[in-house]
Amino acid sequence: MEPLIDIRDLRIRARTTEGHEIEIVKGVSFSVRRGEVMGLIGESGSGKTTIALATMGYARYGCRIAGGTIRIGETEVTRLDGKGLQQLRGRKVAYIAQSAAASFNPSRPIMAQVIESALIHGLMGEAAAHEKAIGLFRAMAIPQPETIGNRYPHQVSGGQLQRLMAAMALITDPDVVIFDEPTTALDVTTQIEVLKAFKEAIRDRNTTGIYVTHDLAVIAQIADSITVLRHGEVQEIATTPQLISNPAHEYSRKLLAAAEPALRPSPVTGEASVPLLRVSGMSAGYGLVGPDGMPAVPVLRDIELTLGRGRALGVIGESGCGKSTLARVVAGLTPASRGTVTLDGVDLAPGIAGRSREQLREIQLVFQMADTALNPKVPIDEIIGRPLTFFFGMKGAERDRRVRELLDLTHLPASVRDRLPGDLSGGQKQRVNFARALAAQPKLLLCDEVTSALDTVVAAAILDLMAELRRELGLTTMFISHDIKTIRAICDDIMVLYSGRVVETMPAAALETGHHHPYAGLLLGSVPALRTDWLETTPAASLQAQGVPPALSSAGCAFFPRCTRAEPGLCDTAVPPLRPLPGGIEAACFRLGAD
Amino acid sequence: MSSTTISARRGPMAILARTGRMIMPAIVLFWLAMAFFGYWVAPYDPAGIQDADLFEGMSRKFWLGTDYFGRDMLSRILAGARYTVGISLMATSLAVASGVLLGLAASAIGGLFDAAVSRFLDALISIPSKMFGLVLVAAFGASIPVLVLTLAVIYLPGCYRINRSVAVNVAALDFVAVARARGESTLYIMIREILPNMVGPVLADFGLRFIYVVLLLSSLSFLGLGVQPPQADWGSLVRENMPGLPYGAPAVIMPAIAIASLTIAVNLTIDSLFGRHARDGVR
Ligand SMILES: Nc1ncnc2c1ncn2[C@@H]1O[C@H](COP(=O)(O)OP(=O)(O)O)[C@@H](O)[C@H]1O
Ligand code: SF4
Ligand SMILES: [Mg+2]
Repeated sequence: MEPLIDIRDLRIRARTTEGHEIEIVKGVSFSVRRGEVMGLIGESGSGKTTIALATMGYARYGCRIAGGTIRIGETEVTRLDGKGLQQLRGRKVAYIAQSAAASFNPSRPIMAQVIESALIHGLMGEAAAHEKAIGLFRAMAIPQPETIGNRYPHQVSGGQLQRLMAAMALITDPDVVIFDEPTTALDVTTQIEVLKAFKEAIRDRNTTGIYVTHDLAVIAQIADSITVLRHGEVQEIATTPQLISNPAHEYSRKLLAAAEPALRPSPVTGEASVPLLRVSGMSAGYGLVGPDGMPAVPVLRDIELTLGRGRALGVIGESGCGKSTLARVVAGLTPASRGTVTLDGVDLAPGIAGRSREQLREIQLVFQMADTALNPKVPIDEIIGRPLTFFFGMKGAERDRRVRELLDLTHLPASVRDRLPGDLSGGQKQRVNFARALAAQPKLLLCDEVTSALDTVVAAAILDLMAELRRELGLTTMFISHDIKTIRAICDDIMVLYSGRVVETMPAAALETGHHHPYAGLLLGSVPALRTDWLETTPAASLQAQGVPPALSSAGCAFFPRCTRAEPGLCDTAVPPLRPLPGGIEAACFRLGAD
Repeated sequence: MSSTTISARRGPMAILARTGRMIMPAIVLFWLAMAFFGYWVAPYDPAGIQDADLFEGMSRKFWLGTDYFGRDMLSRILAGARYTVGISLMATSLAVASGVLLGLAASAIGGLFDAAVSRFLDALISIPSKMFGLVLVAAFGASIPVLVLTLAVIYLPGCYRINRSVAVNVAALDFVAVARARGESTLYIMIREILPNMVGPVLADFGLRFIYVVLLLSSLSFLGLGVQPPQADWGSLVRENMPGLPYGAPAVIMPAIAIASLTIAVNLTIDSLFGRHARDGVR
């Protein structure tokens, strides 16, 4: 059968800021048959989005299609004029972007925007379009399909908005739908709902699609075949089962290995050692402190945690649950409003001003975004050298030697010393970030999402570095992430935060086994696994409570509105305390461990 | 966002734009040089009455004609640059320097200090600037130091606002948090971490602020409240030659053209130098 999409020898050139042209897509060819979905996977900068956009005849700013052909059905996209392209876009080819929030106009109701393209192309009347949109909302499992269209974009959640955007794309019954990282910005528990909705819509409508992502496990659920890209070149094209089970290309194997990070051996064994960090009864937040001693925006409540010397604690939870705030409180950047932080048996003052220089040295922070964590105007040797001077008074040759040692330790070439952060790659910047923290010879290293902004292969190398540092320096680390796979790979203990409270703590080994708090269970079940039938078989897909959650009463369990096991009258009256379960797990849930 | 967006680098418009990019900085540099050397470069003694009629037109001998005393206009404009450009430069430097310092401090210290400084300068900004200038000059007399200070005080609040917001954006970045967590002093954080990341926006603001100062100084002088005779800046030159208006004397229009050429040239130079830079200087 003739493929519906046929791309041959596609070349796209871009003009650099210096004014010369470089080729960013170098002769890419692939084809997609009707009713199938092609996945494009590769690290950032590999040309995925550029190719996807070209399918609609778009070239990004400063880019142009320099050669090759793009055929969709009977249409040769590269030969279309402005009018032809307009006919193509929205009507025959639809696009679903990473950030739905940026694609919706915040000042118009959702419905008007969803049906707009159908009206513009004159495909149906307004009433019929409404009807169709509501049908699509229902197919996408969006709650309250009849009325949600009357709301404004800021009045629905991120996951819902992403599905509404899919409805907007599908309303014209396009031949081809392009998905550009549509779930990357979502939490896993939201991602799973969106993926399910997409998959069903694709199956029911026999949609032909191009699905762009950097996440192999996600694409394995949706795509029939996968094109692996690197530096604008195709590395391998294979059917999804084949690529997952038996990748042919070296680079595909690397991607596969990074997608399921291997467990890094831990230097500590057995049960808890002497505690280094202890946090008890801690509450914190932002804004002015009220008369009750709590800040205007409370974020963390009643946090208890103990971190043994040499151990690695993973802190996990969805975005906004307070993970970063926890690190900031321990570092003193956001003073706790209640409770204590104890390091090595000594109570620390809540704020930086009250801590001694020695105490500050012992706790070091490594932030997520190396771009903003390194001052772009300061050369690398000054970035790493400053803590040496500040804490140890090192100068001149001595400092120089130590900077080289630290670069060596973090596997950076000595030549980066007089560069600025902007000249380094993402992975290198993150290594500098580590080198600066290590320069202070800390006892405790707080790592906030240190691999989250990196491509999987680069992130894997950073995880290796962390494991090595733990082994060689005996560092105690708190490792914050929203990604359970990375946490599992390098942590000894895991703590799950939900809405500013600890809902579960466990040894990392108990992750796969044992009974978990309902939220932790949902979180674990929502992480896509690298097999094609995961989405159909995971129990998490049915764990989400449907329907309208009742108003959150601050008295009860924070997870109550989303919990499938919730018991009204019990769960919404008091906050469940942490209670021990078998296997070293402690969970804050009334329905666990009581009986 | 289309394949046709690659900027056209040919055609008459492009050539015009490119020459424009060269000419504007040249005009700025020229006036800057005149601020220092204008008095000596002038073909005649700016104060000397020449062997000429009053309000003469342009001629070989007097390129820009003569003024109401029969003095050479070109010489007077060149010499006047010392006051217009000089006073404005000093006032702008003072305003921008204090604005940067206060903005930096407000962002690094925050809290009560930030609130107090911000409220105080907000109150200052609500007074109309010409009125404010008028009162100060009336109270202290129109000497050059008073003019410089007045202009600086008038433009300080605006300067502070811009620099504070730039500094606050930089101060929110993680590398500043790292420095704080290390226990660095507020001064170190201000000077070493925040300030270097403000250079683009600060310079762009300096240029724009300079234009406002030139215009306000000129209007004060035009009203007779600015630079006092026998010294004369460009605003005073327009004022004293107003009687020549009925005769169509170049003496009225030429100083105004000088003002316009300076402000427009500075504006366009800033645009081409910092326009994009200043906008994405802080991300
Ligand atoms: N400076 C701040 N002022 C007010 N609220 C904040 C501030 N920083 C974070 N928050 C809020 O605190 C909550 C927790 O944030 P954070 O600790 O960054 O979560 P996480 O790291 O888990 O994503 C969020 O709701 C966030 O909006
Ligand atoms: S306490 Fe109740 S609502 Fe909370 S997690 Fe347990 S069962 Fe669910
Ligand atoms: Mg965070």
